[in-house]
Amino acid sequence: MSYAAEMTSCPVALAKGATVAEVGASLGRKRRSLEDFAALISPAAASPWCLEEMARQAHELTLKHFGRVIRLFAPLYLSNECVNVCRYCGFSRDNPIQRVTLSLDQVLAETRYLRSEGFRHILLVAGEHPRFISPEYLRECVARLHPDWPSISLEVGPLETAEYEGIVRAGAEGLVIYQETYDREIYASMHSRGPKKDFDWRLETVERAYAAGLKRLGIGALLGLAPWRMEAVALAGHVGYLLRHCWKAQITVSIPRLRPSAGQFEPPVKVGERDLTQLICALRLTFPEVGIVLSTRERAGLRDGLLRLGITMMSAGSHTEPGGYTGQGATVIGSEGEHATEQFEIADARSSSEVATVLAGMGYEPVWKDWDGVLND
Amino acid sequence: MSNLCIAGREFQSRLIMGTGKFASGELMATALAASGCEMVTVALRRADLSGKQDRFATILNFVDPSKYLLLPNTSGARTAEEACRLARLGREATQSSWLKLEIHPDPRYLLPDAVETLKAAETLLKEGFTVLPYIHADPVMAKRLEDAGCATVMPLGSPIGSARGIETRASIEIIIEQATVPVVVDAGLGAPSHAAEAMEMGADAVLVNTAVAVAADPVRMAAAFKAAVDAGRAAYEIGLAPKRREAEATSPLTGFLNEK
Repeated sequence: MSYAAEMTSCPVALAKGATVAEVGASLGRKRRSLEDFAALISPAAASPWCLEEMARQAHELTLKHFGRVIRLFAPLYLSNECVNVCRYCGFSRDNPIQRVTLSLDQVLAETRYLRSEGFRHILLVAGEHPRFISPEYLRECVARLHPDWPSISLEVGPLETAEYEGIVRAGAEGLVIYQETYDREIYASMHSRGPKKDFDWRLETVERAYAAGLKRLGIGALLGLAPWRMEAVALAGHVGYLLRHCWKAQITVSIPRLRPSAGQFEPPVKVGERDLTQLICALRLTFPEVGIVLSTRERAGLRDGLLRLGITMMSAGSHTEPGGYTGQGATVIGSEGEHATEQFEIADARSSSEVATVLAGMGYEPVWKDWDGVLND
Repeated sequence: MSNLCIAGREFQSRLIMGTGKFASGELMATALAASGCEMVTVALRRADLSGKQDRFATILNFVDPSKYLLLPNTSGARTAEEACRLARLGREATQSSWLKLEIHPDPRYLLPDAVETLKAAETLLKEGFTVLPYIHADPVMAKRLEDAGCATVMPLGSPIGSARGIETRASIEIIIEQATVPVVVDAGLGAPSHAAEAMEMGADAVLVNTAVAVAADPVRMAAAFKAAVDAGRAAYEIGLAPKRREAEATSPLTGFLNEK
């Protein structure tokens, strides 16, 4: 069982060249197929009128299914060690950056800060390194955080099902894994060394996590690597596949755009704010019940606008380097004041309380706790 | 209008309100007041169950226990085991042994799992909970839960939040006909007319959340649902005129035969 076989039959041509009539028909449907999704991300659907109509429907559907609430979470970077060479990533093994893996005590210090900021949902992030970021280390981190954190998710290198099972038993709820790009050739050119080279191993990760009992599964594509419309159709196909095969999991989807990072990678494809908006609306129109996540990669004004069009989860006040919240790990590196290097630059630098205030002002309740650890015991 | 009686407790209002999806706790509290409801369900997963007065999980602070019976719910639970754990922790934290039991393993349509719901109900009833289970409109399941000792049954009109109204009408009619416990139509009621329809059918109460929470004016919409529930109940108690295929003149043509 894998999405790989199904992926080849995604309606890519429609995403590139749907007619105005096809877009109109897709806009008018109540339940939408992958073909409808393709039409809705096509250039024909990017007209101001069409985009406004999509936005209107996306807003209504999001209100109906999720209400006037936004779930907030914080990413916590455990380590920037990595054995992979990925051309676009700040943590890429070739980049001469300051590398740190937080000790358990340092992780706890960071989480104490995040708790004081209000966060009750945490996403543990790390590069891929079997020695520094072992399954045992991750299990230990989760077990130590479980008593204080109602929801713990991980965004780390792919693991085996049995390894995920240990992490589930320790109290984790979710897993986030981006395929980065669904284009095999581009994937191969972007990931030249390390275990991440294996496209299919990565693609099947979500199902291994589901089999192990993880209940919240996040997927995504990193926009900027491949032509975005083709990427989006493959991503939407993956969402549809997971909804059918991993039916007990809450599926969430992210569409991060590439940001500047160490390594000075220039994204080969430009994805504008209009494109991103069209894509978010199309995702909402096709998958009314799926969570859509928006990180601090996007600027504040854009985030505030998009949250009415389908966003259900946001990070806020994020740091993308290990120890970024409280300076943990700085002494490991050596000279005082020196910090580990971030994965990418963030674009929305507002604090979590500032974001919460803005949300409330826009008529949305910022929800800090929407899960309970007892459900993961 | 007659009172609603659940597990020996009397309620004047036949509208039960949910607390999810509101723009703020303050707005929710005002809408609850406008609805005239006396029972309010709260998702335990959103509440502080740590006993540490978490100021970032304050939903229970907006439900005044002197005005409302708190009905904690197990939303988020996918199995009987998870629901039972959440219920026990919830009882400790809220001091309420009333429980809206909901187990939906499918987060997409949030449809209830009959097998797990019956299992959890049997366990929790033995532990002294007053159980109000959320179920599909399945008449046999309703009887099984009633036999187990549940205080009500809560069949869905259509999926949670869908606003599709009572799509399960035929089955809900059977459930109402056969029930010996109150029947609360829960989920999918998107308009006051849907609530009135449920009450006219003879449902004992309805539970509403999304339609009020996401309305442009939740407070007025709460009042609209209150009026609809009252109207529907009154109509049910009075008895609706039977439906006919053809018109029947309000001034009968043979009326003269009754004249003296």
